[in-house]
Amino acid sequence: MIISVASGKGGTGKTTVATNLAVSLEFAVQLLDCDVEEPNAHLFIQPKIEDVEVVTTPVPEVDLKKCTLCGKCAEICQFNAIVVIGETVLPFHEMCHSCGGCTHVCPEKAITETTRELGIIERGRRNGLEFVHGLLRVGEAMSPPLIRKVREYTRSDALTIIDAPPGTSCPVIASMKDADFVLLVTEPTPFGLHDLKLAVGAVKVLGIPCGLVINRSDMGDDGVKIYAEEEEIPLLMEIPFDRLIAEAYSRGEMIVDVMPEWKERFKDLYRRIVEIAG
Amino acid sequence: MKELVIISGKGGTGKTSVVAAFASLAEKKVLCDADVDAADLHLITDPEIKQHHDFEAGHTAVINKEKCTECGLCRDLCRWNAISSDFVVDSIECEGCGVCHYFCPEEAIAFPVNTCGEWFISETRFGPMAHARLGIAEENSGKLVTLIRQEGKKLAEERHLDLLLTDGPPGVGCPVIASLGGATAVLIVAEPTVSGKHDMERVVELADFFRIPAMLCVNKFDINPDKGRMIEAFAEDRKIFVAGRIPFDPAFTKSMVMGKNIIEFNSSSEGSKAVRIIWENAKQRLGI
Repeated sequence: MIISVASGKGGTGKTTVATNLAVSLEFAVQLLDCDVEEPNAHLFIQPKIEDVEVVTTPVPEVDLKKCTLCGKCAEICQFNAIVVIGETVLPFHEMCHSCGGCTHVCPEKAITETTRELGIIERGRRNGLEFVHGLLRVGEAMSPPLIRKVREYTRSDALTIIDAPPGTSCPVIASMKDADFVLLVTEPTPFGLHDLKLAVGAVKVLGIPCGLVINRSDMGDDGVKIYAEEEEIPLLMEIPFDRLIAEAYSRGEMIVDVMPEWKERFKDLYRRIVEIAG
Repeated sequence: MKELVIISGKGGTGKTSVVAAFASLAEKKVLCDADVDAADLHLITDPEIKQHHDFEAGHTAVINKEKCTECGLCRDLCRWNAISSDFVVDSIECEGCGVCHYFCPEEAIAFPVNTCGEWFISETRFGPMAHARLGIAEENSGKLVTLIRQEGKKLAEERHLDLLLTDGPPGVGCPVIASLGGATAVLIVAEPTVSGKHDMERVVELADFFRIPAMLCVNKFDINPDKGRMIEAFAEDRKIFVAGRIPFDPAFTKSMVMGKNIIEFNSSSEGSKAVRIIWENAKQRLGI
């Protein structure tokens, strides 16, 4: 089973929920941090990293001796990542989406592929918990290919918990697609509600069952609860604002570290997810 | 004209609350919400929309079943596995590269332009505002960020306003990169947590990479003063101007619930005082 933890708005507590859930369960669990732009789960899980791999994507390289400047490569490229200027062809690697169109279209076979680094994937463990995350290279724009690489480590014989990035565009979709359940974490504020609606829209596009966790549940208004009732989104957990939790979080500690009684609540949360997702 | 872009790396550190407060403090400015993925600034500024435009960008392949001979070339060429074995394009997976469209021997693949969002020019009680909404599950957020900043700049020029105040997206990827090009400076809103510090360091690196001068403030400073000071020390070490500290102040949430910024809600609250100092410092740095 794959549970993706998402939110729309940033900073609502996705990582808090994903990490606490992951360490509360007593069977084979893997945590994949797919917020590759700003991954944080490792700061709480503190896994022992056992493997680091560099992830690259193919980009074109032009052999100017073979090139006749016909311009077909520039014509097929939808991303302005290769242009003919004067007597030369310039590939812009940072703009390239790695579709291979230019390589394939070149009548002179003057284009081959080299690579651009997207970032790294680190894998490790904390006790029984398997941990994988991606770290996008700073300056790299495209996170979805790295997210897809992180997700290739999904195992069918374990529960996979995915910590998704904020927002509702392609990186979020890449982190939610093919999940069995999306756990939406929000805060009960107008910003939280607005972005929750967007996230629910994305979940609906993908046709995945979802449920809600309200974090800092006593700070704000009733808007989120009213919306959840109207939309029949099950409210699975509420985490009240507690300065102890906020301070523990700031130090890199999990809720279950400072309040072990929360372990049972996260186990319950999982049970309810299983009931809904089947 | 100057542009200040407020970013954070980590989401939820208070970017929009700070921008909304600056809206009450800055004088001749245009507001711009460049967090097109999950735009929230309009919830405070309550814009009256004057212009509404569709945002068209990119393409999606569509297979015409009548022309398709199921030769399979498109499936061989597609690097996103976006074409099913029964020759239907998954529009979510389709990258819009057009390779299948280009090579299809039967010309059976159309390649229409996507409408993937909307953008608006509005009036608010703080002045004009440029904002946008990316469609759910859409791509091209970077292009929409670039467009909405350009529209914001145009608006400022037309009205002879000298500042574009831009609410940036979280992260360090495509939309953030698009929000930085040509900016006068960025203000990083950090929070004093292990995550806040980790993400702030990456966004500092990004600003460095694009050579945009950066300023920093720490929000909710008293949640972990040690971590807050570590963040400030890191910033100073990197020659980043520390513009101030904001205490944890529930007035931020209370004002948001009422559709106000913190200055409007309670201009003498601790949060308001702190934001005022940060704005004065930022103003000086920007030279306005």
